[in-house]
Amino acid sequence: MLNKGWDEFEIGAMLRSFDGPTSNIATTLQEDRPYSQSNSFTASVADWRIEKPVFNKDYCIDCQFCWIYCPDMSIISRDKKMIGVDMDHCKGCGICVEVCPTNPKSLLMFQEKEDEDTVLAAWPEKEDKEK
Amino acid sequence: MSEIKKIKNLKEFSTSADRFEGANLLCPGCAHSIIVREILNATNDDLILSSSTGCLEVCTAVYPYTSWDASWIHIGFENSSTAIAGAEAMHKALKAKGRLKQDRDPKFVAFGGDGASYDIGFQWISGCFERGHDMMYVVLDNEVYANTGGQRSSSTPIGSSATTSPAGRVSYGEKMNKKDMLSIMAAHGSPYVAQVAPNKWKNMIKAVQQGLNIEGPTFINAMSACTTEWKFDPADTVAISDLATDSLVFPLYEIIDGKELNITYRPKNIVPVEEYLAAQGRFKHLFKDQYKYLIKEWQERVDSNWEYLQRREEARV
Ligand SMILES: Cc1ncc(C[n+]2csc(CCOP(=O)(O)OP(=O)(O)O)c2C)c(N)n1
Ligand code: SF4
Ligand code: SF4
Ligand code: SF4
Ligand SMILES: [Mg+2]
Repeated sequence: MLNKGWDEFEIGAMLRSFDGPTSNIATTLQEDRPYSQSNSFTASVADWRIEKPVFNKDYCIDCQFCWIYCPDMSIISRDKKMIGVDMDHCKGCGICVEVCPTNPKSLLMFQEKEDEDTVLAAWPEKEDKEK
Repeated sequence: MSEIKKIKNLKEFSTSADRFEGANLLCPGCAHSIIVREILNATNDDLILSSSTGCLEVCTAVYPYTSWDASWIHIGFENSSTAIAGAEAMHKALKAKGRLKQDRDPKFVAFGGDGASYDIGFQWISGCFERGHDMMYVVLDNEVYANTGGQRSSSTPIGSSATTSPAGRVSYGEKMNKKDMLSIMAAHGSPYVAQVAPNKWKNMIKAVQQGLNIEGPTFINAMSACTTEWKFDPADTVAISDLATDSLVFPLYEIIDGKELNITYRPKNIVPVEEYLAAQGRFKHLFKDQYKYLIKEWQERVDSNWEYLQRREEARV
């Protein structure tokens, strides 16, 4: 969380995305970036969600449709593999589930309060009526 | 000069490191964000960006936060174009005088909504294009003033219900046809203008890479499906966008040097316009007996525009 008050920021409302010098941000992954406290990356919108996506890697084919269409940079892909959802930034829109092409889907929406292991254990079977 | 980023397929694209951050305040399912991600990830270039007032700007610069990992400026509603043009002109001048503190070779990109671009910032954009700044202007075209609650703009299509042109017993909503911005910008002699949509990501990054790497002012009109104002479920943003491009309501094409028109996406199966309209609350009233004739007119308009685009492509003029 923030440790600066509203009246302690620089006049002119210039916000620095990073602390200290940076180069080639376009090729630096999030885990290697010196995010500053004014970068919204350090904030969370997890409390916006009513439903959350749960990822089942057993069915995933790493097509990356969920990665490209997630509006909130919340599908974490590394080395061309989908590895999970960033639950601080996911707003629970459900787009990733809609675009996931596997059968059964590798991502499904559940109530926020539901337990991940329980829903993974009861994951739906393959559906026959594929068009 | 800068190298064009190689993006063979989606897997390769997914190794990109986003320069646009989460915990912005755009609605869940907002296409503005999908468009911005695709554009920023289409290049590894150093970027200098601006945004006009509107959903994108308001939701990504909520003091004391920024969601941008590149130099970014906001001034007013009408002037993301001139803000970036000023930065570009200054950069050029300092470079020529050898007074640049850092040796940077950035690309300059401005973002504006349809309200900011088609209406209120129009003369500023026109000026930038006439002066020939080396910049790219991107419209996030959600066909409405979304950030202030859904007033019609000159991009709002016929029959859409907006708060200032509401549908009801005596009106079918918006009465005017959508402004043809692409032709207007092409007529400025821009070396490259294109209409793109985020659901066709490959098409989008190709257009963006082209726009960024051509010298001079280039223009991108990006369809941005708005879950709140078009009234559809946030999970359906990509599905609605597919209906828009596959019904040819949003044909994807480019115009080079103000003349050469190329259609850049041809749907395998063209979807009836009716399906696109039926999927959105803003067109719900068109399905009442009283207004059904408008659906037929819509289809005729889309057909004749597609015919026109194909004829222009063929004629190469
Ligand atoms: C000169 C001026 N007029 C009006 C406004 C109020 N205003 C702020 S955002 C906005 C709507 C923006 O619509 P658009 O450009 O289409 O962007 P969207 O929010 O739809 O993405 C308006 C009218 C303003 N900020 N400045
Ligand atoms: S639910 Fe929406 S925000 Fe969350 S990961 Fe899926 S697409 Fe992204
Ligand atoms: S869309 Fe589905 S299959 Fe494709 S990468 Fe995402 S989770 Fe895996
Ligand atoms: S109102 Fe529309 S454009 Fe604005 S943030 Fe919401 S979905 Fe995006
Ligand atoms: Mg708009």
